[in-house]
Amino acid sequence: MFSDQQLSRIEELKKRYQHPRSVVLEALWMWQDEHGWISEEGMKTVADALGIPPHDVFGVVSFYTMFNRKPVGRHKIEVCTNVSCMLRNSDRILKHIQDRLHVGVGETTPDGRFTLVEAECLGSCGTAPMMQVGDRYHEDLDPQKVDAILEGLK
Amino acid sequence: MTMEPLLLPNIPDLHKLEVYEANGGYQMLRRALEMKPEDVTAEVKKSNLRGRGGACFPTGLKWTFMPKSTDKPKYICVNGDESEPGTFKDRQIFEFNPHLLIEGALIAAYAMGVSVVYIYIRGEYIAWIRMLQQAVDDAYAKGYVGQKILETGFSTEIYLHRGAGAYICGEESSLMNSLEGERGYPRVKPPFPAQFGLWGCPTTINNVETIANVPLILRMGAEAYSKIGAPKHPGPILVGVSGHVNKPGVYEMPTGVLLTDIIHKHAGGVPGNKRIKAVIPGGSSTMILRGEQIEGVAMDFESLKAAGSSVGTAGLIVMDEDTDLIRVITRITAFYHHESCGQCTPCREGTGWMHKILTRFMNHEATMKDLDLLLDVANNIEGNTICALGDAAAWPVQSMIKQFRGEFEQRVMRSAEAPVASHAAV
Repeated sequence: MFSDQQLSRIEELKKRYQHPRSVVLEALWMWQDEHGWISEEGMKTVADALGIPPHDVFGVVSFYTMFNRKPVGRHKIEVCTNVSCMLRNSDRILKHIQDRLHVGVGETTPDGRFTLVEAECLGSCGTAPMMQVGDRYHEDLDPQKVDAILEGLK
Repeated sequence: MTMEPLLLPNIPDLHKLEVYEANGGYQMLRRALEMKPEDVTAEVKKSNLRGRGGACFPTGLKWTFMPKSTDKPKYICVNGDESEPGTFKDRQIFEFNPHLLIEGALIAAYAMGVSVVYIYIRGEYIAWIRMLQQAVDDAYAKGYVGQKILETGFSTEIYLHRGAGAYICGEESSLMNSLEGERGYPRVKPPFPAQFGLWGCPTTINNVETIANVPLILRMGAEAYSKIGAPKHPGPILVGVSGHVNKPGVYEMPTGVLLTDIIHKHAGGVPGNKRIKAVIPGGSSTMILRGEQIEGVAMDFESLKAAGSSVGTAGLIVMDEDTDLIRVITRITAFYHHESCGQCTPCREGTGWMHKILTRFMNHEATMKDLDLLLDVANNIEGNTICALGDAAAWPVQSMIKQFRGEFEQRVMRSAEAPVASHAAV
């Protein structure tokens, strides 16, 4: 369920577009920010709020990589391994995190704290290697810096 | 060639409205509102500004495609999807000079009679979306955006629209579908966006950096602007340098600066003074060049075209002599395979096949036939898809084979020598 506040925000956003469907990404963001992932209930709720069929919402969710289609850890770590980061040894960063957290790519730590994934270019090529954790970019990484960042995330 | 930075001037706190105003900000909006809309477009056309998003299309000409008389609303989409690997320039504008972008968008909206501007930004850039939103809110509060701007009859809204992780949404028609709330599938063209864009209405899509150039053109005058840098592709350009350089980063310079100067003078040269093996000049979709080939080649439309590549997004990726280029092209191809939207068979299947074949080279399991097959698949993607992503996936592979055939052959020969050992390890 969306709260009244969320629903009035959605109504406000609808006015910006010719069709309410345009609010689908923003409504999905609202859901994911609150629940951490997009469940079937989430898709149905978004569909109802916009007056579009749930399967259309599913089509959107499955198209974009940032929507989690299953629960993830409290902190989703996304390590860029695309070419500019690769040239600056993103391998070392990814391996360091895997070793430290004892998880593989796509896995979540048993305590539910971290999920580790590989990301495509995140636009930090000049400050490579980098990772995104939640909303935040962490750039110019080395293993020590990664350790300090991970320790700060409870 | 040196130049005072214009897009990213070194003024502390320029992202704040009062600082931007104190440095002449929004004066060009005032000037534009005193001109006839078509005269604004004419000025942009005369400046010879070319789009900074990758295609180098003349901006003023694009603006003239918008119908003057129509009963439909008209739109601008500012493309801030910035997802081309090696590209990280637009975020500098969001962070350090957001009002230049907003002022440019308002001038563009006035010139084309547009009532709503959407700025589409990739979902991962949430921190930069917040920064830009703050600037937009401040501009609204001061009456620069919204209804009856600066007490004239001109009104336009600016809305930010957040993506959710899809490279393809940087393609203009895919961006519009994404903005309409659909899957981000590119559309068949024609009809072109100026005739049938957002919700079937006339729409112009311009890159963030392109729009940020617009106030500069009015400030300097088209004549003076057109004399900056390379004559057929003038103006300041944000060049992002990444990979094997001592000082990676975004550097503002006039177009037409030699790639060797960008690498050695701006970006501090290659660590350990190693030889440059290869350069990708404008983001991962542009054709790769050999290190020795870049002598005398400049960061402009004509020069890079003559060299067999293109400016793209001016995201220059430098690779030193120790770089494993088979690994580079395998990674780049994995990216295009991941990002293919799946509409067109040549791209959807072809990128996957290319990645499989390249993986065989990576694993020393390839034969010479695989090299022919790889090229054949790339050639059959190029030109056979709805959007340019197909070409973008094919060009790096084609150019890598053309420029570095020996690297592939070496893998084949090594695999022929040692197949037993590699299989025994499994």
